[in-house]
Amino acid sequence: MNVIRFLLQNHTQVLELTMEHLWLVGLSTAFAMLIGIPLGIIIAHRPSWNRPVLASANIIQTIPSLALFGFLLPVPWLGARSDRLAILALTLYALLPIIRNTYAGIRGVDAAVIEAGKGMGLTESQLLFQVELPLAVSVILSGVRIAVVISVGLATIAAAIGAGGLGEFIFRGLAMVDDRVILAGAIPAAILALLADFGVGWLERRLRPR
Amino acid sequence: MHAIDANPVIEFRDVSYRVQGTDVLRGLSLQVAKGETLVLLGRSGSGKTTTLKMVNGLVSPTSGAVLVNGATHTDVDVIRLRRGIGYVIQEVGLFPHFTVSRNIGVVPKIEGWNDARIQARVQELLQLVGLSPEIASRYPHQLSGGQRQRVGVARALAADPAILLMDEPFGALDPLTRDELQREFLSLQRRVNKTVVFVTHDLREALRLGSRIALMEAGKLVTVLSPHEFVKSDDPWASAYVRAFGDGLESAANRGTS
Repeated sequence: MNVIRFLLQNHTQVLELTMEHLWLVGLSTAFAMLIGIPLGIIIAHRPSWNRPVLASANIIQTIPSLALFGFLLPVPWLGARSDRLAILALTLYALLPIIRNTYAGIRGVDAAVIEAGKGMGLTESQLLFQVELPLAVSVILSGVRIAVVISVGLATIAAAIGAGGLGEFIFRGLAMVDDRVILAGAIPAAILALLADFGVGWLERRLRPR
Repeated sequence: MHAIDANPVIEFRDVSYRVQGTDVLRGLSLQVAKGETLVLLGRSGSGKTTTLKMVNGLVSPTSGAVLVNGATHTDVDVIRLRRGIGYVIQEVGLFPHFTVSRNIGVVPKIEGWNDARIQARVQELLQLVGLSPEIASRYPHQLSGGQRQRVGVARALAADPAILLMDEPFGALDPLTRDELQREFLSLQRRVNKTVVFVTHDLREALRLGSRIALMEAGKLVTVLSPHEFVKSDDPWASAYVRAFGDGLESAANRGTS
């Protein structure tokens, strides 16, 4: 119960850090979608590109997050502001599930449907926007959902390089050896992850083709 | 070998197709006349589907030329060409997220028809293929196999193409539904009078629906015969087919066109 009292007493700061956290996660997810969905579409249509792209995204995923934050720190424009750096790192981590699910979603469209569409004289972009993407949208969104949930957790580490977010409480609590402060960061972060999971999951079901 | 039409709608000139070192088609020459139903008959792997897909440019020949209305695919916009050729496949390939009505209206819509005209056309086509009007608002998964294939035929006819390509369209249906759809195909063909290329491995279907039968084996055209000629033919491949299908084929020949 001490945690709740702590949260209430510091509610302005909790709110502020939550907003920072949302900003980090939201912006990085948006970037990852802007890059990952087109990449996923491309590799679904050019099978020879599939291995190198997915392998690269996989390798990025294996770099320990603290190390990645550290590596990026000396980069000129990025290193100047730690939130830029955090957003880049989070974007990179979010790529894999988004690329992979976009690829899987589009490859999962019934070959007969594509064949019929082509045979009727649909152009590649008509086929993509009228057939492939609408049929793949729920699979793509489930990739986005995984990416968001991972990002909410990872973003707490961004506080280690001073990018803010709910990780601030966690690191401060660790330094002070105070569970209340750690939980003041961890609980809102967990709630955010659950809400994001639920929200994108709802969207996914809404947009699922019949 | 077969009648040469002065102005064939579709013409294959010494067409070959190789993929990964394998000859799928070798030296195919064939003409399809206006208004006829040419059946490509052959077993799996004989190259009949590849031949069909060359008409709408889904497959391009390695050598030789395929002419549709006297022009090769390199001379014309293939996308435009395809919109003028109806295409029906065994798996139907209806868009699962579109209603029946939107499925039938795909080509008219991309061709820029207004909604009222598309809706009128959809109703007309549903009636033509023997479906009730209320089916228009359903989704493909709510239909039976036979209904789906009827919608597939309606979709292929939507923009009133002069050519219809059908790749084993009734192959996945139960015998009764298949029989029904074959019968309807014949009566439909009498009314709309398209140039049809029809792929099947079923000799009965070929005899019943075709005005001519092109028999294919291992990537080569064996012979082109009318249904009546086919059942009496002493060509080894043709007679092997007739034997495999057993007795009673004489009466099956051209029941539709007579």
